[in-house]
Amino acid sequence: MATVLPHEGVESAPVAPVETPWRRFAADFLESPLAVAGLVVLLLIVGIALVAPFISPQNPYDLNQLDIMDGNLPPGAKSAPGYIYWLGSDDQGRDMLSGIFYGLRISLGVGVSSAVLALAIGLTVGLFAAYAGGKVEGFLMRVVDIQLSFPAILVALILLAVLGEGTWKVIAALVTVQWAYYARTVRGTALVERRKEYIEAALCLGLSHRRVMFRHLLPNCLPPLIVVATVQVAHAIALEATLSFLGIGLPITSPSLGLLIANGFEYLLSGKYWISFFPGVALLVTIVSINLVGDQLRDVLNPRLQK
Amino acid sequence: MTVFIIRRLMQTAIVLVVMSMIVFVGVFAIGDPTAILISADSDMIERERAIAALGLDKPLWEQYLYFVGGAFRGDLGKSFVFNMPALQLILQRLPATLELAFAALVIAIFVGVPLGMYAGYRPESPVSKAIMAGSILGFSLPTFWVGLMMIMVFAVQLGWLPSTGRGHTATVFGVTTSLVTPDGLAHVLLPAVNLALLKLSLVCRLARAGMRENMLMDYVKFARAKGLTARRVVMVHVFKNILIPLVTVTGLELGNLIAFSVVTETVFAWPGMGKLIIDSINNLDRPVIVAYLLVTVSMFVFINLAVDILYSVLDPRVRLSEAKG
Repeated sequence: MATVLPHEGVESAPVAPVETPWRRFAADFLESPLAVAGLVVLLLIVGIALVAPFISPQNPYDLNQLDIMDGNLPPGAKSAPGYIYWLGSDDQGRDMLSGIFYGLRISLGVGVSSAVLALAIGLTVGLFAAYAGGKVEGFLMRVVDIQLSFPAILVALILLAVLGEGTWKVIAALVTVQWAYYARTVRGTALVERRKEYIEAALCLGLSHRRVMFRHLLPNCLPPLIVVATVQVAHAIALEATLSFLGIGLPITSPSLGLLIANGFEYLLSGKYWISFFPGVALLVTIVSINLVGDQLRDVLNPRLQK
Repeated sequence: MTVFIIRRLMQTAIVLVVMSMIVFVGVFAIGDPTAILISADSDMIERERAIAALGLDKPLWEQYLYFVGGAFRGDLGKSFVFNMPALQLILQRLPATLELAFAALVIAIFVGVPLGMYAGYRPESPVSKAIMAGSILGFSLPTFWVGLMMIMVFAVQLGWLPSTGRGHTATVFGVTTSLVTPDGLAHVLLPAVNLALLKLSLVCRLARAGMRENMLMDYVKFARAKGLTARRVVMVHVFKNILIPLVTVTGLELGNLIAFSVVTETVFAWPGMGKLIIDSINNLDRPVIVAYLLVTVSMFVFINLAVDILYSVLDPRVRLSEAKG
């Protein structure tokens, strides 16, 4: 089992670089140019999302900066104050480029926070199931199986139809959709790990079950989880965009990429493609770059493919 | 086998009960059922009568039984918007959705399986690499956005295909479908391709994985040693073994397609039940929402049951391990 944990890496010798798990991991990852490109783009997107208010040409949600006369301008058109709408403007005269920068913030924020919450829940359930075994495990895993037999969009639809709309409700729906994937993954790895001697040794030392579970078992279950988490962030972003497009996701006060695309829907038929097109491209590039990184992580972290 | 089916049936029943409870508690107990089930413009006397008729003055468990009883009689309330029984409304829209899902599934299988098998047979060829890169794109593309772009290109710019509605329908063997008229087919093409795209890459990847795995097996070597042609080995021997995972996934994906048709139907204004549910959520037409959730969940549970049974017929290992456990 290859691990990527920093504390298990051997301190590098002063002369030649010693092969540490971290270095090998980095070297393996860098082997695929496609994955590296994905990583670079992803970092760029995250960077844009973080500093959006400082680099956007316009604050698209500050009404003082909007002029309705600048509405629905095509890409490259000049606004009344004199700056250029590189990606056009929407019906309210919002600069699409700025709208996308702000939208990325919201989409990534919702995607990442729901994935992290789902990870925490799924991980605890999965570890507990594998550790407890017996009836508890059987029951928990049946629940996971049943949950996974329903498509994500249906589960989200049920929850949002029952709960109503709101940012936290969307995150709750995304967490409900995702936790089971993590639970299943963790349980699978933990089952293999818990039969190993170091767990037995830890138990013989008289450590508490909680300590063994979280300090000994968990770190060794991480590699496959990292892969699932990467892919799930992409799923969460796509699902949130879909729900927002359908009008049952985020409220209009949090204009994610999905909402931007939905706004452009009515103008699409009259040939004003840019309002829907560019946010969609941003969404697509985000998802593809996450998936490329995830794909490579899967290959690098998979012990069966280890050279 | 019988034990396996009985266990699965029991599990199915439990899931149905739990789901009906969630929907019941969600819609009837947490929210204000009078606000949900009695239209806002009814007067006081009408309200009193409706509350008594709905049994809202009774304890919660009795209300639940009443709700379940109503569900079994097919009585899930009346739509505020359409002023007709919610269940009837859903069932009326069901054929359009099934038709779309079916068309998408056919496209996904008939395009995805050959592509995947080729990519698995010659993993190193540039064509295979292109297929695999395309499948990553297929996974990543948000369905609704692709739908919009298809409308933009094929309906707005090129004007080749219609972008909304179902077109002319005709009745064949008592089923009204748009798959038999040229106009209907033109209408179904864009939405069906849109819905198929996501599943296409999944089917393609599965076929490729199955192909690669099976080509290394001893039975393939044996078949080759017997002197069978490569064509026969792939088309008959390997193909049969690839089918097992494909059948499960296709079965599960049919359900998935029905669920995802919510998105495609909204984009293409396809008059199926997916569009109905989104409209109903936006109009707060709660009886229709409840009816949709119950109908879809039951449909899913039975699709899962059918797939499980089919799977155990195809692969005896499944039912053996299940019977032991």
